[in-house]
Amino acid sequence: MWDWAGYSLDIARLRGATYADVRVMHLRQRDLTTKNGEVGTLAQSESTGLGIRVLANGAWGFASTDVLTRDGVAACAAQAVAIAKASALAKRDNVKMAEENAYIDSWQSPCRKDPFEIPLETQLALLLAADAEMRRVKGVTLTETDMQFRKIDSWFASSIGSRIHQRKVISGCGIVATSFQGQEIQKRSYPNSFGGQHALEGYELIEGMDLVKHAPVIAEEAVALHSAAQCPEKTGTLILGGSQLGLQIHESVGHPIELDRVLGQEANFAGTSFLTLDQLNKLKYGSEIVNVVADARLDHGPGLGSFAYDDEGVPAQCTDIIKDGQFRGYLSNRETAHLIGLNRSSGTMRTESWNRLPIIRMTNVSLLPGTWSFDDLIADTSDGILMDTNRSWSIDDRRYQFQFSTEIGWEIKGGKKTRMLKNPSYSGITTDFWNSCDAIGSREHWTLWGTPNCGKGQPMQTMGTGHGAAPSRFLNVRIGAAFSNQ
Amino acid sequence: MKKKGRGQSGSQGARAAGLLSVREMHDLVQAVLRLAKESEADDTEVHVDEVDDSLTRFANNAIHQNVAEHGVTVSVRTVVDGRTARATTNRLDEDSLRAAIQASLSLAHSQPKDRHLLPLAGKQRYRAVKRFIDATAAIRPEDRARAVKRASDLAIKRGQVAAGIFATGCSQAAVGNSRGLFAAYRETHAEFSITMTEGAATSWAKANSADVRAFDAQELALRASEKAHRAVNPRELDPGGYTVILEPAAVLDLVGFLFYDFAATALADKRSCLNERMGKPLFGKNISIADDVYHPLQLGSNFDGEGMPRQRVQLVDGGVPRNLVYSRRAAKAARKSPTGHGFALPNEYGEAAMNLVFGGGKTSLEEMIASTERGLLVTRLWYIREVDPYEKVMTGMTRDGLYLVEKGRVTSAARNFRFNQSLIEMLRNVEMLGPAVRATGEEAFEMVVPAMKVRDFHFSEVTKF
Repeated sequence: MWDWAGYSLDIARLRGATYADVRVMHLRQRDLTTKNGEVGTLAQSESTGLGIRVLANGAWGFASTDVLTRDGVAACAAQAVAIAKASALAKRDNVKMAEENAYIDSWQSPCRKDPFEIPLETQLALLLAADAEMRRVKGVTLTETDMQFRKIDSWFASSIGSRIHQRKVISGCGIVATSFQGQEIQKRSYPNSFGGQHALEGYELIEGMDLVKHAPVIAEEAVALHSAAQCPEKTGTLILGGSQLGLQIHESVGHPIELDRVLGQEANFAGTSFLTLDQLNKLKYGSEIVNVVADARLDHGPGLGSFAYDDEGVPAQCTDIIKDGQFRGYLSNRETAHLIGLNRSSGTMRTESWNRLPIIRMTNVSLLPGTWSFDDLIADTSDGILMDTNRSWSIDDRRYQFQFSTEIGWEIKGGKKTRMLKNPSYSGITTDFWNSCDAIGSREHWTLWGTPNCGKGQPMQTMGTGHGAAPSRFLNVRIGAAFSNQ
Repeated sequence: MKKKGRGQSGSQGARAAGLLSVREMHDLVQAVLRLAKESEADDTEVHVDEVDDSLTRFANNAIHQNVAEHGVTVSVRTVVDGRTARATTNRLDEDSLRAAIQASLSLAHSQPKDRHLLPLAGKQRYRAVKRFIDATAAIRPEDRARAVKRASDLAIKRGQVAAGIFATGCSQAAVGNSRGLFAAYRETHAEFSITMTEGAATSWAKANSADVRAFDAQELALRASEKAHRAVNPRELDPGGYTVILEPAAVLDLVGFLFYDFAATALADKRSCLNERMGKPLFGKNISIADDVYHPLQLGSNFDGEGMPRQRVQLVDGGVPRNLVYSRRAAKAARKSPTGHGFALPNEYGEAAMNLVFGGGKTSLEEMIASTERGLLVTRLWYIREVDPYEKVMTGMTRDGLYLVEKGRVTSAARNFRFNQSLIEMLRNVEMLGPAVRATGEEAFEMVVPAMKVRDFHFSEVTKF
């Protein structure tokens, strides 16, 4: 692979590139699902190719190919340079890049049990067992389970002399019970909705989830939701479960801090950001107990945003995003860092595959733990609603106004979790919401949640991001607006 | 084994794009089938997919990303002893193809027998479609860059900022199996999308077609520019029920969420909003919906994931849901005929109506505005998600141009709203329909829909811009 990488850089240089970086990648994926006790998807895929990004005439070009022959690689590199020269026909300024060192390194994510070495029969048997447990509950009308495994090898080389090999193993699983009754569809998921929990781990992640044990619990809750009270419409105290808070962080902190959005580079598609450059170090983003970091280092945990180097050859870093409630930092790359006065990228360029251009992406954007035990949080709440497990999410294109709904809610009265509530939702303005945070759960309740399906860029790229969160409390939140007209 | 490379593709544009010819795809399918015959597979199905796509992206009145990709994948589904599974590779040497066959067999063996698994379909007949346009395939990076430059110059001249994409490309797919079925499809696609920003105001225009000559990028830039200018200084209005005039892109991104509700498998799984509602009046009498890949404004293959020919299906007639789409498996369970809408097997979703065509009307957008005492003109919607799957309540935001209509004319821009709206209720409240056009947005794939004037559309909250 290094030969193809080096050869493509040589051709790019000969064709007139002043800078080039290349990623040769081999991606392997396995998908297993069941539905109503039968196997659904059972598929495996492999993909190998090369993508080269070049600067020529002060502008960018990118081309990719799966023809890994001398001619194929040369044609691809030449195409990238030709595209860059075409880009220069409509440029305003020459691209400037922050300085970076050259690295020669090899890194592998932690993986105790290679999921591709675990017998398929074992994996399917676990899913079918969880599926059976859910179907045992009367009133459940649809059961679904899934497992997904990925092994990604990337050989990165750049014209400044870097040669970095990284291997990542990613595992994920989840189960869902759905119940249709009367005029209503209700569902419950474990350990999270939309595919479950995903992390930079091996099969040990799956074993730690104990799907079979949780299957009847969520199945019973899905059925019980039909007879639960409707979540009231009011302004009040909200406690969010960790997985829901993880998505809240993703949407209302993670995306608005992407510097490409801030600079208008995503204006036509993903949108821009309310965090304009004048807000840095001035905006009171949250209450004083709110501390958010973007941390790609493995020290933070085996998140979907953990790596040793980004796809621009910059080492993983931890960046303060919100410190004691104050807005402190963006996610940047080598091209944009200087625009916020930095002399170095924060290391957030990531690509989905060999055929996609690296773009600024969330790494692990996490709310640091607070001091509250979950029991104390409930006991300290006289009147509130606990919401857990996302059902829908939506936020405007500058990341101000959001609305989330969750699968299940619980009324908190007099410091006790009382009746179940169905169709919970809450909404608000990003900065109002984070400034209303008055209690954050402690380290023992903190989980590094994986969001495997973050879409961004054109052509669209799907990326996994990590979000550490513990159950936390927010005051004066608008609750129930999603169903106010129904 | 045939080596992957630039083939003789049967048309000047396809050759220029370096696509495999239909013959080469056929030969590749047959080569895999021969290899599979040497294995223990009882039957085998092979998909070949190829893309050659380019996309020029611009922002701040300059190109900032400019990419191209070319790739071929081969996907093998083996059937052995009543079990099936799929393996996919993009390495086309004989060893890699054998490895894919073995991986598929290994996956298939790992599971219990599938009592619903059908034998592979035999040879089929297909209605021809021509959706490969040489003029689109011939577009070069320089052509896209010059169009971007013209749009950016317009923005600079008007004190605005342009951002968007100009994408062109071609793709093709073939499916063949050991029972003699073979089908191939090829198309080109071109897309121009632009957002113009003036101060804090934005507006947007977009077009998508097989034929790059079907739209004028500069005309789209001009439209977005003029609408952005009209979006300056928006008024903050109170949330509540409004009459709305939804431009086609706004209609598309909402009604596009219905596409899976028409799947027979979704009804069998009781997750469709049409559960217990088939054959009963559900929408207004002015609502008719078909799935029709052959409509002249549609794109898409004339066969499904099992190689079955796609059929036109009248899904809703006069407001009454009448028919569903069926994969072979769903059709057998329901004692119906397959409609050619199945996904590649194995999968748990069955099928979907991917080529919706709404019946249109004759009212122009201008006539809708002129007929409105007080309402809102909506350019597009954003971040739409399902809040309630059975009542089909959707939430999302207006974006890139929301305008207040008073006494038959646009009087000002309005700050963007969040909506929470049942699609079922919305399609009962349609007062006027425009001509159906090929609409393109960002939430749903392209479909043929009209602009709509809808009463009592529910906005729940307002944002800060």
